[in-house]
Amino acid sequence: MSTIANSIFSPELAARFDKLVTLYPVKRSALVPMLLYAQDEVGYVSEAVIQEVAQRLDLFDLDVRSVLSYYSMLRTKPAGKYNVQVCTNISCMLRGGYEILDHCKKKLGIENKQTTPDGQFSLEEVECIGDCCSAPAMQVNYEFHDELTPDKVDEILDQYAAGKILDSTQKDGK
Amino acid sequence: MPRLVSHPDEVIVLKRRFGQGAAKIDRYIELDGYAAVQKAIAQGAEAMPGWIIDTMKSSGLRGRGGAGFPTGMKWSFVPKTSAKPKYVLVNGDESEPGTCKDHLIFREDPHAVIEGAMIAGLAIGAKTGFIYLRGEYRTLLEIMERAVADAYAKGFLGKNIFGSGLDFDIITQTGAGAYEVGEESALMESLEGKRGVPRIRPPFPAVVGLYDGPTIINNAETIANVPHILLMGGEAYAALGTERNGGTRLFGISGHVERPGVYELPMGYSLRRAIYEVAGGVRGGKQLKAVVPGGASCPVLRADEIDIGLDFDQLAKAGSMLGSGGIVVLDETVSIVEFALRTIQFYQHESCGWCIPCREGTDWIKKTLTRVYEGGGAKKDIDTVQYIAENMMGRTFCPFGDAAAMPTLGFVKKFRKEFEDYIEGKKAGTALMPEERDLIGVGH
Repeated sequence: MSTIANSIFSPELAARFDKLVTLYPVKRSALVPMLLYAQDEVGYVSEAVIQEVAQRLDLFDLDVRSVLSYYSMLRTKPAGKYNVQVCTNISCMLRGGYEILDHCKKKLGIENKQTTPDGQFSLEEVECIGDCCSAPAMQVNYEFHDELTPDKVDEILDQYAAGKILDSTQKDGK
Repeated sequence: MPRLVSHPDEVIVLKRRFGQGAAKIDRYIELDGYAAVQKAIAQGAEAMPGWIIDTMKSSGLRGRGGAGFPTGMKWSFVPKTSAKPKYVLVNGDESEPGTCKDHLIFREDPHAVIEGAMIAGLAIGAKTGFIYLRGEYRTLLEIMERAVADAYAKGFLGKNIFGSGLDFDIITQTGAGAYEVGEESALMESLEGKRGVPRIRPPFPAVVGLYDGPTIINNAETIANVPHILLMGGEAYAALGTERNGGTRLFGISGHVERPGVYELPMGYSLRRAIYEVAGGVRGGKQLKAVVPGGASCPVLRADEIDIGLDFDQLAKAGSMLGSGGIVVLDETVSIVEFALRTIQFYQHESCGWCIPCREGTDWIKKTLTRVYEGGGAKKDIDTVQYIAENMMGRTFCPFGDAAAMPTLGFVKKFRKEFEDYIEGKKAGTALMPEERDLIGVGH
């Protein structure tokens, strides 16, 4: 049973949040993880998410919004079911990161920061994701894919489209 | 996932358990896991903190995040008694472009991070450790969380660890995308649930840190080295490296090389050999043009400057930095003008905006270099870029301003002729960025 009546989150996530706020010397420390985990479940940080998170942490909505706007992974609009994040930072750029990004645009028929009409895929050019020695690299949701070539990208995206690869958050049913 | 690589020149300390299933606690224990923390506890409650700190000092270990501060000395700054609780904070917000070593540590040897944090806690008298991973590393955070849960299940964490009468808890934490949070004071702000902007120092975190308690903040690689050092002895570890640069470190070699990868090499190892022997040389037999020796914030070295040993002092003497150990290799086809622009685009995007010289400086450098890149530059633009960068140096709360200014200065000073030629229409190298890219737009 969540400590919040009428929580917008699943019972599992609500229970996780109940525990999370007790972990730290200061409740507010749970804010960044809560926003990210809420986004994983809801798809984005909605107004309702902001309000419930604020309530759980005894913060003003404004405090939550201030933090929300700082972190680049947090978004206030829905993304695709599979958010394709292509790194074009230096190590990836040197090994074809822009070709990979361009290929994703053509393959998905969308531009940077857009979502396919069926809501399956969104595309984002991102800064270094920490997979430099296997560049070029991308993440689909939280899953790393690297040593990419256009053919390999086709294969990966086709598998996601066919529902063959589940990312780690979905595997755990969170 | 970065693949595991090896080379005969490697000296293996930290990578000893890589590729051996050590993420599983029983396997970690088979491979001497949790022996170092027990060795520390066996010194007796009275002698233990001093013994740990002395061992760390004698190891010559210096911070692997980038600044290279001596670890043992950092720990010794923490006051013995404190009204506020003390904390250990492991910085796994690995975000320096060209750096993916902590990625491998979290995946291959998560318990080394836990054990290292425990030992750090015993050394300074902290009861709680935080392990903060960047938000993009969710799959690795899950590996860490499992490892922490397994350590609790064995009774290694929690109350009365290994019969010492001392308690130690570990809390894992995720970020949500922000390069700046890798800076230690911004990291504490983030962990306190705030925007990741820096704090002014002094007071230093060792005195007033997380939740105002004395805090030591160490990079994940630094912490993962600690159990190995305690087991092998500080002097033995120090002897692997060079003077004042003890041990080995993980060098991530990326870019235009035949065999990119994370290699463990002794401190002081030749940069030339690292590129031409360890990483197999420049890809496709091309000529080397330049090397960024320690992550994006380190000033570039020209091809004629690579006869140098990879340690903090030798790189500093050459006007660059060893940084995070991310060696990015550029072949003859790269346009330095474009590479400099891509580098400052990153810093402009990631500047937290707290200090005006950094917020405005990165933006003005980006705008000026964009004009040059797009063909509308004048020679005075090179001086303008240099002037802005020089005026950012040392004028911000945190080292981010320097981290953005230093590589810029490196590019325009060491490759000034290439910038001048570019402005005159003689462009070197092959463009990698697409033409239609929105180069001015905020946050591309």
